[in-house]
Amino acid sequence: MRPILLSGHERSLNQIKFNRDGDLLFSVAKDKIVCAWWSANGERLGTYTGHLGAIWTVDVSPNTVLLATGSADNSVRLWNVKTGECVKVWEFPTAVKRVEFTPDGSRLLAVTEKRMGFLGTIVVLDINYDDDLTNQAEEPSLRITCTESKATVAGWSYLSQYIIAGHEDGSVSQYDGKTGEQLESVQAHEFDHQINDLQFSLDRTHFLTASKDKSAKLISARNLAIMKTYVADTPLNSASITPKKDYVILGGGQAAMDVTTTSARQGKFEARFYHKVFEDEIGRVKGHFGPLNTIQVHPAGTAYASGGEDGYVRVHHFDKPYFDFMYEVEREQLRR
Amino acid sequence: MAPSFDTLSEQDLHEEEEEEIDFSDLKAQFEVKLEEGLDTFVVIDGLPVVPQENSQKLIKFLLRKLNTVGHTSEDAVFMPISEKNMSEGFAFVEYETPEQAVAAVKQLHGTPLDKKHTLLVNKLMDVERYGREGRIDEEYKPPTIEPFTEKEHLRSWIGDSNARDQFALYRGDKVGVFWNNKNNPPENVVDRAHWTQLFVQWSPKGTYLASVHPQGVQLWGGPAFSKQKQFPHPFVQLIEFSPGENYLTTWSARPIEVEEGQPILTFEEDGKNIIIWDIVTGKPMRSFTSHDLAGPESEAQPKKKVQWPAFKWSADEKYVARMLQGQSISIYEVPRMNLLNKTSVKVEGVMDFEWSPATVSREGIKQYEQLLCFWTPEIGSNPARVALMSIPSKEIVRTRNLFNVSDVKLHWQSQGNFVCVKVDRHSKSKKSMATNLEIFRVREKGVPVEVVDSLKDTVINFAWEPNGGRFVLITTGEAAAGSGAPPKTAVSFFAPEKKGVQAGNFKLVRTAEKKNSNAIYWSPKGRFVIVAAVHSQSSHELDFWDMDFEGEKTDADKDLAANLQLMRTIEHYGVTDIDWDPTGRYVVTSASVWTHTMENGFNLHTFSGETLAENPTDKFKQFIWRPRPPTLLSKEEQKQVRKNLREYSKEFDEEDKYAVDIANTAVVETRKRVLSEWLAWIRREKEFLAEDKEAYGLAEDADEPKQARDAPAVTDDQGETVVEDIVEEIVEESEEIIS
Repeated sequence: MRPILLSGHERSLNQIKFNRDGDLLFSVAKDKIVCAWWSANGERLGTYTGHLGAIWTVDVSPNTVLLATGSADNSVRLWNVKTGECVKVWEFPTAVKRVEFTPDGSRLLAVTEKRMGFLGTIVVLDINYDDDLTNQAEEPSLRITCTESKATVAGWSYLSQYIIAGHEDGSVSQYDGKTGEQLESVQAHEFDHQINDLQFSLDRTHFLTASKDKSAKLISARNLAIMKTYVADTPLNSASITPKKDYVILGGGQAAMDVTTTSARQGKFEARFYHKVFEDEIGRVKGHFGPLNTIQVHPAGTAYASGGEDGYVRVHHFDKPYFDFMYEVEREQLRR
Repeated sequence: MAPSFDTLSEQDLHEEEEEEIDFSDLKAQFEVKLEEGLDTFVVIDGLPVVPQENSQKLIKFLLRKLNTVGHTSEDAVFMPISEKNMSEGFAFVEYETPEQAVAAVKQLHGTPLDKKHTLLVNKLMDVERYGREGRIDEEYKPPTIEPFTEKEHLRSWIGDSNARDQFALYRGDKVGVFWNNKNNPPENVVDRAHWTQLFVQWSPKGTYLASVHPQGVQLWGGPAFSKQKQFPHPFVQLIEFSPGENYLTTWSARPIEVEEGQPILTFEEDGKNIIIWDIVTGKPMRSFTSHDLAGPESEAQPKKKVQWPAFKWSADEKYVARMLQGQSISIYEVPRMNLLNKTSVKVEGVMDFEWSPATVSREGIKQYEQLLCFWTPEIGSNPARVALMSIPSKEIVRTRNLFNVSDVKLHWQSQGNFVCVKVDRHSKSKKSMATNLEIFRVREKGVPVEVVDSLKDTVINFAWEPNGGRFVLITTGEAAAGSGAPPKTAVSFFAPEKKGVQAGNFKLVRTAEKKNSNAIYWSPKGRFVIVAAVHSQSSHELDFWDMDFEGEKTDADKDLAANLQLMRTIEHYGVTDIDWDPTGRYVVTSASVWTHTMENGFNLHTFSGETLAENPTDKFKQFIWRPRPPTLLSKEEQKQVRKNLREYSKEFDEEDKYAVDIANTAVVETRKRVLSEWLAWIRREKEFLAEDKEAYGLAEDADEPKQARDAPAVTDDQGETVVEDIVEEIVEESEEIIS
């Protein structure tokens, strides 16, 4: 599994995203630039410039027409994927930590930071694909305020029925996707251990959370039941579910501020593969020399990419043994 | 509830009595405070009744006795005279300090004055406290004897059907005791938060687990690790069990301040640093001030390390000794704790001493003896000396003079057969160093001394094989000037020549050069030895050696009682400690947070270096195997077991196989169950999803992306996407100048 090294960012990566077809990969870093890459060979397609601060988050609409980014310059920008033009800017009082389109692409949620007297919020913006894409609603159609503990990550469940958010205190909550009413909340991770990532399965019936408490949890989107727990020996920054094979990939490492005092060996900067159903660790991929900040799996399950504190994105296309690997019981199940 | 020391105190045993509060004890306490000024007074009873004229004479006579324990004067003695001009037979005496008064009571009470009279000395306060009317029942009441309650079985762990070993694990704030389950995760026995404040320690035979708190030491034992005994030595820092775990030595840098009303400590312990306790009674036997802190000279010098163990026990616990460096060795008889023959053994210049770890019977010597070995450096023109002393006779049975000595280390072989004296010698110019090994053959007639060829390099570590006659040592050369890396070391293995019944001369078996090792860990059963680099920044290697390899033997070694073989080399990053389990089957290497914070945790290996389990543990501090008491089988029975080992092992192999089968089936079963549960869940979710879509009146493709106007129509070709990659390569480059 020879990786393709994408070196286009000058600072640490914050998030990477494949489009739904999986041919494009978008990456954002602290260096204010959004990069688009061909996922097959790692060639850079182009950049989207305009943000004035570190970019925390990126998402691409399911039809690969619009790209949304959230930044420390307190704005969410909407870009035309094809032309690279910025078609819309929404300003907020604080930094934006997470954006995500609904499965049908008709709405966009954004998580805003709690700072300077403003509480953390989750806002929902309606997206219009007509005309020249610039005709977007000015005001959010929904606003959820997190009074208890700020949300750090959020996403849409199947049919955009629920908004699922992970919080700073390690809890996960479920909101109604239309009214914003909180329906459910569970303390999924250890108290006061921030949830750093939340990614859905392809059918969006369940999702995976990665937390500072060195574990990742597989949770049902319907009732927030914790179904699986994957334990690592290092704080986790990102976790992703692989389609096609029942695996999950976790990434993390010693927090960036502690890294200088430890060796690369100590940092545990490896992507870890676990079996999704049996919760066993089955493999590791080395390569980064800083913590892994973000991991994304190709929607077809044929590759994955990781972005690190070291400023590199590494794209790995899976080899045959990856697809062949199977537990004896799975093989038995298959034969039946 | 966490078993902190507060909750261990005696009071909590009487909690139920709290409801009916008895104020009389408070009252008594209050009264005592009023009388504090009378601390220096004692009452002397049992004096002869004399006429007033003779009373002065009697007082003078009495003073001679009284001044032996403290200081008082004629004016301070008051002897009441009755109406008949006769003395009453008692007197009041005031001493200068309360301590003197206490000493008078302790030492003079019950001593005879003359043939007819015996002194009865009591503190005035005590007379007030206990002698007042009503304080003590006039009638004798026999003390109530507590009904006999059976004690817990303190050695129940030995009876484990699989002969597993236990270990104590201290990480973070928690201490737990676990069963070792080979490659399966250890089974927990108890796990308690804040069980100890400093560290934990097993007693030498594994009966007790000691936890150390600012208030003292607590021993735990029995199947559930309940409280056993308590030793309230305030601010205790170091503890040491005697080899038979009957006694405990505790040390604190802070001298003890005894407060009134302390149930166990008395004025005797005031100002002392070291207490030797009797574990069975829980009472102090004798207390001492440490030598290291006494004396003004130590204040000027940089703080010396505490000598620990301060007290060293003879193998049978009959004697305990400590050394005043450069002057003498004091040997105390146990359990009376008096100085043997009332004097310390004066040894000018003594630097170190060691008891024989086993009771040795020398050839031709019939009477009971314990041996101890000590050495003195060169003083003036006298040579340095190593000597073997027999106790209780205090006779020197063997000495050896040495020259040009810079340091000496004494290493007893575990059965007391040999003492290896490692002598570091310097050349006349004091520039180069060399090491000599002088081995005393204790059991042979006249204690012959064998000198092993001098080694050119300095020996940094030495270890005897337990219950064997072989040893390993590590030498190091000079550090290369300017390089930060520590010098390479060499590991040398020695074995005796085969020569009849007795061990022959010690000969070098092999030397492994260019190593980084600095520590030697013999299996407690001998034969196997680990030579490792611990506490090292750069190297973390562990070499597992077999001294009795069962393969071909090289010709060079055929006369030696050894066949050396390196079994395996493993690495454990940041290893700080290596511990063999008491049976020599397993060995644990650990990296403790007390030394560094990187990759703390412990790994379990077999005796041959096969790693069974790795346990990275946050804030890992301490791993200690529970020691086992010596086997109850006789030598013949042990031999029998060894002879039939194959049969036994067959049985165990079958058991192991069975266990593995069971475990495997269990794993497969759970996996099957987990997988089918998962698939069922997925199926159910799918149904729910379909229902939801229907309920909302949504189309099947509701989640499909909205189409932008200019987006290409979704095509159905789901085949492989082929990415054509055009790479331009410059085949040739030439430069032409067109004029």
